Amino acid sequence: MGPRSRHTAQEGDTLCLLEINARSVSVDLNNDASLLIDIPDALCERDKVKFTVHTKTTLSSFQKPDFSVPRQHEDFIWLHDALVETEDYAGLIIPPAPPKPDFESPREKMHKLGEGEATMTKEEYTKMKQELEAEYLAVFKKTVQVHEVFLQRLSSHPILSKDRNFQIFLEYDQDLSVRRKNAKETFGSFFKNMVKSADEVIISGIKEVDDFFEQEKTFLLDYSSKIKDSTARAEKMTRSHKNVADDYIHISATLNSLSVDDNTALKKFTNVEGRVASDEELKLTELLRYYMLDIQAAKDLLYRRARALADYENSNKALDKARLKSKDITQAEEHQQQCLQKFDKLSESGKRELTSFKGRRVVAFRKNLIEMAELEIKHAKNNMALLQGCIELLKSN
Amino acid sequence: MDLSKKTFHWMMTQRICLQETACYTNAVTQEATEEVSLDSPEREPILSDGPSPAITPVTPTAMLTPRMGLGTAEMFERSLDEIEEDDSGDTFDMHIAVSDPEKVGDGMNAYMGYKVTTKTSMTIFSKNETTVRRRFSDFLGLHSKLASRYLHIGYIVPPAPEKSIVGMTKVKVGKEDLSSAEFVEKRRSALERYLMRTVKHPILLKDPDVMMFLESSELPRAVSTQALSGAGILRMVNKAADAVNKMTIKMNESDAWFEEKHQQFENLDLQLRKLHASVECLVCHRKELSVNTASFAKSAAMLGNSEDHTALSRALSQLAEVEEKIDQLHQDQAYADFYLFSELLGDYVRLITAVKGVFDHRMKTWSKWQDTQLLLQKKREAESKLQFANKPDKLQQAQDEIKEEIEELEGKVQQGEKDFELISKTIRKEVSRFEKERVKDFKVVIIKYLESLVQTQQQLIKYWEAFLPEAKAIA
Repeated sequence: MGPRSRHTAQEGDTLCLLEINARSVSVDLNNDASLLIDIPDALCERDKVKFTVHTKTTLSSFQKPDFSVPRQHEDFIWLHDALVETEDYAGLIIPPAPPKPDFESPREKMHKLGEGEATMTKEEYTKMKQELEAEYLAVFKKTVQVHEVFLQRLSSHPILSKDRNFQIFLEYDQDLSVRRKNAKETFGSFFKNMVKSADEVIISGIKEVDDFFEQEKTFLLDYSSKIKDSTARAEKMTRSHKNVADDYIHISATLNSLSVDDNTALKKFTNVEGRVASDEELKLTELLRYYMLDIQAAKDLLYRRARALADYENSNKALDKARLKSKDITQAEEHQQQCLQKFDKLSESGKRELTSFKGRRVVAFRKNLIEMAELEIKHAKNNMALLQGCIELLKSN
Repeated sequence: MDLSKKTFHWMMTQRICLQETACYTNAVTQEATEEVSLDSPEREPILSDGPSPAITPVTPTAMLTPRMGLGTAEMFERSLDEIEEDDSGDTFDMHIAVSDPEKVGDGMNAYMGYKVTTKTSMTIFSKNETTVRRRFSDFLGLHSKLASRYLHIGYIVPPAPEKSIVGMTKVKVGKEDLSSAEFVEKRRSALERYLMRTVKHPILLKDPDVMMFLESSELPRAVSTQALSGAGILRMVNKAADAVNKMTIKMNESDAWFEEKHQQFENLDLQLRKLHASVECLVCHRKELSVNTASFAKSAAMLGNSEDHTALSRALSQLAEVEEKIDQLHQDQAYADFYLFSELLGDYVRLITAVKGVFDHRMKTWSKWQDTQLLLQKKREAESKLQFANKPDKLQQAQDEIKEEIEELEGKVQQGEKDFELISKTIRKEVSRFEKERVKDFKVVIIKYLESLVQTQQQLIKYWEAFLPEAKAIA
């Protein structure tokens, strides 16, 4: 099923109603018919995006088999943080939270376009406006996609799909903001993140007992920095491509007013160039960006396990001390047992998660690289046909 | 056309220039000129300096009497028409190439020498193929001669490429980097286009200076083209004077065609400048795209190296290679963007300036004619007033004198009118030729440009089709 979009865009950036059925960056999702989630509709008002989360389920734990609820971006963040803070899921890779919808770039461009309206011909202005609206739409599509994927990752996870908070998120038909973080809690998690990055040094420093995790650690740390780099550069590349496409718009508009010759092909060419830029964006950059976040989530798992290991080692030391002082030995033994159990549990599920993560990643890369290559070929062939048509026309005149 | 005929035509042009020069009180031409009065019998038949400072050899045969009457304009007009019709059987078949830039000399006196190769089957040239070496100031010298000879009678003389002190200094200093190589290439290409445009003009092609430029092995150094020479400074002063004059001339345009065309060229000027700016923007962005693609390619290669799944790792490395090739494509495309499209536009922006200059000259011609007419009127009034002068013995002499002056002025007024009509006629012809050339030029270049785009797309298809099986092979 390919992307299908129908939208009505009104003046400025007020309302857009979107119906989409987009592909997802991740794979093997939404295969289990017992819980199917998608976001069929989204509304954007000024800065706020309202997603319509639609669930179809055969599970008895839900009240209805088919229902929809409106949700905001903040609700997704709440769900993500709730899952991260659940101790029981310490051994799982929690899918990364979807990034905040960012309409800054097209909005700024729209503003600049408005200012520069006087210097352009009507046609040029209309064309630029169309391009901007297309860009706006692309950003919109993107944000819906990442939110959808987040939910679908959860629904296809054997453990996370059964989470109570997840169910509330899907089902609760009132405004969730009551349950969302208040300011104090937000500050708390921010602080926690800061502490976490300091603790990342612990991961690299800790003596690993398990070969598998040793390998994973090395791999993830290295891969993480590389993929961050690639994502940044891919974004720069697609932005440059977009600039080139925009230039073609200006050029074809001026050529038009010169009426030197028939340049409808050049105009169409600008359309296709623009579309290539945004397709490239969707495929390559999104893939890289998504996995950059996912790698981070995997690293978080390693971190939690490393902490658990550190705790276990500390508890051993405490037990030895207790034995020496002959004080609180039972307590210390209990504590040590707990730590060991936690650590073992984390290691076991961690191994599982990381293995499936690798498989997932490889499949997703394959799918997206193939699609990107196919799209590039398609667009290049289109371009060529257009240009050759134009050349024929010019030569025959 | 044998040499004497060539000389005859050349002499004709010189005569007319001199006439014009004598009538203007400030030098209109762009070179240092001595004021020559038509009446002076001592004037050398061989015009050693005239409007062009360089020494142009003239055979003393086929000399014409120094004083030319009113018939000169007609003769000139006829002769130019003849030139155009003469070789109408000889279709334009000429190709000029500027190549092999070589640095000559060292330090601040160094310069770039270019090889100019002319291939032609036209009979006016002595050989089918000629090769000479020229330097940039030679081109400028040629242009200044042509400009001084033809611009003020309404011919659109293609402007020479612009000087660049920064660019040349880099070359002189011996900086062998990418930007100075680009500069030299840009200049070489501009010089070639300049020559081709000049010879495509049927009148300019026959100019002896043009032929000499293309054919003779040694050319005297055109010193007055230097920015800081005496002639250079005079040029700047004249340009300023012209600008002031232009503002004060209010012409009664009786010919709607000129009004319309003038407006058209103003519009064209604006649009071309805008387009030029957009294309320069495109070149810049495409270069940026190339840089970013290359940087992404490197990053993708590193990612591929760090990937532990073998097939994916290989695919990522392949992706890196594809992107590298695409970067090269972008660079080549930027090159085409620039040399095909952007430079063409720059040329035309400068050409339009020359066209506007020609329109201005027409205005000046009209103004001169009107001024002479005013002067005649004043003299006539003075003549009638003479009757009431209270010196009856001097009256006859005064009357005779003024009658002579009036006769002369009447002649000048007639000449002025003829000049104005001639320049108007020439401009009409030139403008129509210019428009035809412009459409042809643009069409050719745009087709070439589109073909370059097509090529890029073809290459893209090739690269991605080669990559696809690699991506599919990820298991």
